[in-house]
Amino acid sequence: MASRPTVTDRNPHPVPSGSVPRTAALLSALVMGLGQMYNRQWWKGLSFLIIEIAFLVVFFDFLNMGLWGIVTLGTEPFLDHSIMLLAQGIIALILIVFGLGVYGLNIRDAYRIGKIRARGEKPPTIGETRRMVTDRGYPYFLVMPGLILLVFTVIFPILFMVALAFTNYDLYHSPPARLVDWVGFSNFINMFQSELWRNSFVSVFSWTIVWTLVSTTVQFALGLFLAVLINQKRVRFKKFFRTVLILPWAVPSFVSILVFSGLFDGHFGPINQMLGMLGLSGIPWMTEPLWTRIALLLIQFWLGFPFSMALCTGVLQSISSDLYQAAEVDGATAWQKFRNITLPLVLYATAPVLITQYAFNFNNINVIYLFNQGKPAVPGQSAGGTDILISWVYKLTFEVHKFNYAAAVTIIMSLFVMGVSLYQFRKTRAFKEEDLIQ
Amino acid sequence: MRTYTWKSHLGLVATYAILLLMVAATVFPVLWIIGSSLNPGTSLFSSQMIPDKTTLEHYRWLLTDPDSQYLTWYWNTLKISLINASVSVLLTAGTAYAFSRYQFVGRKYGLMTFLILQMFPPTMAMVAYYVLLNMVNLLDTHLGLILIYAGTQIPFNTWLVKGYFDTLPRGLDEAARLDGAGHHTIFFRIMLPLAKPIIAVVALFNFIMPMADFLLPQIVLTSPDQQTLAVGLFGFINEKFGQNFTRFAAGSVLIALPIAAFFLMLQRYFVSGLSAGASKG
Repeated sequence: MASRPTVTDRNPHPVPSGSVPRTAALLSALVMGLGQMYNRQWWKGLSFLIIEIAFLVVFFDFLNMGLWGIVTLGTEPFLDHSIMLLAQGIIALILIVFGLGVYGLNIRDAYRIGKIRARGEKPPTIGETRRMVTDRGYPYFLVMPGLILLVFTVIFPILFMVALAFTNYDLYHSPPARLVDWVGFSNFINMFQSELWRNSFVSVFSWTIVWTLVSTTVQFALGLFLAVLINQKRVRFKKFFRTVLILPWAVPSFVSILVFSGLFDGHFGPINQMLGMLGLSGIPWMTEPLWTRIALLLIQFWLGFPFSMALCTGVLQSISSDLYQAAEVDGATAWQKFRNITLPLVLYATAPVLITQYAFNFNNINVIYLFNQGKPAVPGQSAGGTDILISWVYKLTFEVHKFNYAAAVTIIMSLFVMGVSLYQFRKTRAFKEEDLIQ
Repeated sequence: MRTYTWKSHLGLVATYAILLLMVAATVFPVLWIIGSSLNPGTSLFSSQMIPDKTTLEHYRWLLTDPDSQYLTWYWNTLKISLINASVSVLLTAGTAYAFSRYQFVGRKYGLMTFLILQMFPPTMAMVAYYVLLNMVNLLDTHLGLILIYAGTQIPFNTWLVKGYFDTLPRGLDEAARLDGAGHHTIFFRIMLPLAKPIIAVVALFNFIMPMADFLLPQIVLTSPDQQTLAVGLFGFINEKFGQNFTRFAAGSVLIALPIAAFFLMLQRYFVSGLSAGASKG
């Protein structure tokens, strides 16, 4: 590096004119690799060319079919399966985006190397290129397998779902016997014009908000409270308390929820039997919406507090005791110490996790569905009395097969939850890019 | 100090009272289900927490009766959990390391984008998974299920592990680089061993997740002998509620006990790894 030769003291190539980078880029835009060959990088050019040919040969039929399918959604019932065509079309689009990415890379590379040549320098040899790719490419090598999986498990479902919301895919339009068609925004419009659906949406949505806020906030507060209690110096048997109280997290949640549905059973459940022994009448846990909601919240507190407790314990142990000693010297009460030292530090450290917890409970179908399947039924709406948006969507999808409405509701709720989370994430520090790590 | 004595004693008593109350609330459902599993009858109606006569009949039925598929489910679940844990750890550790130590296109917003995208509700995604797996002929296979699990866990766990890697001093890998160690050597020989606590956390998360998941396998695995424990047990309780309750109880105990024991054993790693990952993320 120290003795890099200048343009004047070596001149192995005749200095080409200033239009080299543009010509190279144009050639590469025409046929992948052509610009590289023009730059006399034969091997690289050849590789790009082979990639292009292989891509087109392997995928041409698939892309052709996919694009045709996603536009028409099929023309012959029984022969064309609209939903399969839609999925193929989306994958074709993903492949095209990926192909365009490589194509863009190829043009940029031709332009960059062209510039080097225009300066009269020698373009890197194949050996140098390879070394650079293995060195600079290492992070891509690490990230690539995960990224490919993410494209299929996260991106594909979202695209698929958004597409479904604009079709008429329901029980009466289900392939292969029937074709599905694009219908524009009519699902959204119809849903909000029908009173039944509007009522259902409003009541489910409001309960979802209450559910999310109350369950997450209380489970976190309870966890923090217990962590603080156990963390006091004078409390003994710390290990015992921490181990036992983490049990609800250790037991698989679907088991606990099903067990709770037995515990809360209106007739034979031990909770009502105990109330009976105390001379109280049993509570209709499973049949009155209000009581079912209370039961669900109680269960979620039980399920959720150990995670917060473990998390907060970790943070508490990392807070320097100097802070508290200084506060004691100043005569702070226990509450003041908690309010002004513990709480801000804990919230600061756990904010991102807390946000994901809110999002988790917003989407927490397990508790709602496994406990009581969103029941009891409520007249005048298509959702059960304890259904949150996600369990309602689940029923719309797998019980009544109204895929189009389910997708429309999903889009509305996703925009909501993503918007709120994005706003919150931006406000917290942990997601800001810090390049000053260590 | 002196004036606070009686007050602080009261505080301590209150602390213990609250803790013991919580311990009772925590342990009660667990004891109840163990009690139920030892009842002679099969229904919820006749089940008592402390049965007059205890029997291991339900355990025997689950494990040995020819009609019981419990062992098949158990084996399926264990297999899925183990493979999922190993695949996920490899994927996540690599991705997190790249995010922690390298500059590359998409580093700045990539992780956050996926974390936000994942808030897209998963139920409707199941239709997409069904169609996707059907397309590549992986429907009703464990491989298909594992690929979905392994993919969807990446963003959150990567974020967790990246936070942990960020806390490891950069001097370590820089020194190794100066000594001529390559990318692979630094990653596998130096960074991964140092990140053991958080790796244990991620492995455990991914080991437990398939055991607790009910919705996805119910849709993706269609034939009875491919099913997992969660689906099978839900069947016990859902078909004729209460009629198979004690069998369900025994089945639950058999799955919850090993997981809980495993979990409590690794708890130490768990809390330290999690808080380190979270607070520096």
